[in-house]
Amino acid sequence: MSELKVDCTGKNCPVPLIEMRKAIRKAARGDLVEITGDHPASKKEIPMAVESLGHELVGVREDGSRWTIVIRKVKE
Amino acid sequence: MTEKTTIIVHSGDMDKIYSALILGTGSLSMGMEVSLYFTFWGLQRLKKDGLEKGPLSKMNMLGLGRWMIRRRMKAAGVEELHKLMSDFRELGGKIIACEMTMEVMGISRSDLREDLIDDYGAVGTYVNEARGAQITLFI
Repeated sequence: MSELKVDCTGKNCPVPLIEMRKAIRKAARGDLVEITGDHPASKKEIPMAVESLGHELVGVREDGSRWTIVIRKVKE
Repeated sequence: MTEKTTIIVHSGDMDKIYSALILGTGSLSMGMEVSLYFTFWGLQRLKKDGLEKGPLSKMNMLGLGRWMIRRRMKAAGVEELHKLMSDFRELGGKIIACEMTMEVMGISRSDLREDLIDDYGAVGTYVNEARGAQITLFI
């Protein structure tokens, strides 16, 4: 199991969503994907996408305007 | 069955190409399939070196408005169209070019970015793509 980290700080819509999707595609089943950014809408939209993709939302951390979302890829 | 978004890209305006590619990449990122059907002025954007060339749909002001908006987009961290297009392709998005537009406007396949285009077709191709789609838009 490995962990992929993606930093989307300063990037706007729809980049954080796209980068999340690309990282999950690259990950293997069971891997964690950690995505960081500061685009406000993406903080709620990435969890929405994770749900519709059928993966597991491990957690959302916030530090001021920056957020970090951790996802576990649970299926191919 | 996977859900699907289909968009008719009729406009060649820069801001509307942004709308189409943002909706397209967004839909792919949310786990949907996507096909974009480029027709009329939209097809001009699939010409070689054409993707970034569209005017602004309003307040273009001979390109001044367009320049200002592009500057503000860059400052806001909005991606360039060519990057959105390459992400769209990487995530499996499909592009269809309208053959009637090609005929009417005298565009041959070699004038177009053939590397981006999955299929060439007419209305039947679009209807077949759209009949099972949950989201269909005309931009």
